[in-house]
Amino acid sequence: MNTILGLYNYWMVIILMMAGLYILIARYNLIKKIIGLSVFQTSIFYLYITMGKVEGGTAPILTGDPATYSNPVVHVLILTAIVVGVATTAVALALIVRIHETYDTIEDDEIKAIEMLEEDS
Amino acid sequence: MIATQLPALQIIIPLFAAPLIVLARRSELAWIIALVANFLCVLVAWDLFQLVNEQGIIRYSLGGWAAPTGIEYFVDTVNAPLLLLVSSISAIVVAYAYHSVKKSIDSTKHYLFYAAWMLCLSGLLGMLITGDAFNVFVFLEISSLSTYMLIAFGNDRRALTASFRYLVLGSIGASFILIGIGFLYAATGSLNMLDLAQRIPNASSERAILVAFSFISIGLMIKSAIFPLHAWLANAYHFAPISVTAFLAGTATKVSLYVLLRFLFSVFGTQYNFEYLLLNVILLPAAVFGFLIMSVVAIFQTDLRRMLAYSSVAQIGYIVAGISLATQAGITAGYAHIINHALIKTALFMSVGCIIYRLGHAHRPSLDNLIQTMPLTCVAFIVSGLGLIGVPFTGGFISKFTLISASMEKGWWVMGGLVLVSSVLAIIYIGRVVDVMLFRKQRLPNPMPQGRNEAPLSMLVPMYVLIGLSLYLGVYGSETLTVSGEAAKQLLGGFR
Repeated sequence: MNTILGLYNYWMVIILMMAGLYILIARYNLIKKIIGLSVFQTSIFYLYITMGKVEGGTAPILTGDPATYSNPVVHVLILTAIVVGVATTAVALALIVRIHETYDTIEDDEIKAIEMLEEDS
Repeated sequence: MIATQLPALQIIIPLFAAPLIVLARRSELAWIIALVANFLCVLVAWDLFQLVNEQGIIRYSLGGWAAPTGIEYFVDTVNAPLLLLVSSISAIVVAYAYHSVKKSIDSTKHYLFYAAWMLCLSGLLGMLITGDAFNVFVFLEISSLSTYMLIAFGNDRRALTASFRYLVLGSIGASFILIGIGFLYAATGSLNMLDLAQRIPNASSERAILVAFSFISIGLMIKSAIFPLHAWLANAYHFAPISVTAFLAGTATKVSLYVLLRFLFSVFGTQYNFEYLLLNVILLPAAVFGFLIMSVVAIFQTDLRRMLAYSSVAQIGYIVAGISLATQAGITAGYAHIINHALIKTALFMSVGCIIYRLGHAHRPSLDNLIQTMPLTCVAFIVSGLGLIGVPFTGGFISKFTLISASMEKGWWVMGGLVLVSSVLAIIYIGRVVDVMLFRKQRLPNPMPQGRNEAPLSMLVPMYVLIGLSLYLGVYGSETLTVSGEAAKQLLGGFR
């Protein structure tokens, strides 16, 4: 029982990670692929944050009262990783806009079909 | 004063050049800023290289925060030569890029192109210089994101999908590295590489280390395009602007290989059994199949860029084969091939760039008798092609010879033989191009005017500088081998 409830966060990480990867692989729509990628990346953020949590710990603020506190480093790391994730999504969406302009579709299988036709001059 | 800040300057110069370029906007000005910043980078890298040779390891605490807490830049005999290599290749290709970019990219976007280039360069140099595991991820993403942008600048619309597919695979790779670093942090409580190397043997959970190790290795294998995780590479190299391809071929995959080396040998150390599992059971077959299959695939490509892209995957196979020997001689060979292949492949892509500049395509069967119209470009292609094959007095010979003797030394005769087989395959695919260039009679009515029609001097000169450099390292091969030997010793000895 404890392995299920006690590690609840980690199970969620695994579920999200696999769901994200599955969407990324199984969907042809490029936007859905990027949603999958974002879910995948978010699961990693959960992994880090969960790791830093200390049971009964508070926020690490210097008050003079030496209480147990949670590890702040992972939050800092994930702040950076979130920025990176947002940037990746932004670049991907910008590319999708351009792809839509030139191919008139954002379905990966249709794009592949178009590309097959224009195999080199 | 400046001497103590060199490691930071190495990153800051290109990082600041990028916004400057965006502010400058005019394309000539943007190019000049990029070029100047890049040459400053080369100077800094050269100074660092000299300093490391004189004094040994340089440790630089960023912002004055001491090592395990703060972020540390760490320069030793492993990354100092690569810093010099990457910044020099970038500088030479930026000098070369001016005309080719002017012709193929809309002039209102030039400043964005050079800004992305500078960001990519600072990301790559950052991956090399940093001594902090999480910092590697951040710099990796800086360089990757700007690479996606650079690839999407390609003329063909397939550049967009190539860039998108690389983005998806690259992000998965980077995320895997992030997961791995997370597990490392959970198991050891540190992110500093030197600190990690000391703490890993005492870590409470060996399984967490194993998971971290696997995630980081797979992530880096994707980023360095090790067969069979190379799927993104062919399209990306084919459809990107040719100067970007030349730049990436010489730097991006090599830097990822360096990070792989760093994690394999310096951070995780060689005492782990699973390391040998990875090296002998996974990396070695991947390398051998890689250089055999990809060389065969390269033979059947009609586009020069695609052919060279597959050949790149094959050459990465040699590097990985050297690494997977895990001996002093093996790593020396792999490291030497990183240097030699970077120079040779960049020069090859540059000569293809000259062909594309004049003809507008790089379709092999239509290059009939090109030596008549573009003799200098053809000579450049042939000389670098010989280097790729590994003819004596070229860089390729030095590293392949070392690789074969290293595998003999370990008793892996079969691998040594297979390297030779793959070299014969390289003779075939380079030979097919040379055959068309030199001997094929003109069949098609040539749309180009007859007589000399050489690429502009500003493209030829950087290309020949690079070829001169690689020939120099071919003739004086002992210098490359000394540098590589030092690097291998440092890697196998762990952090000292």
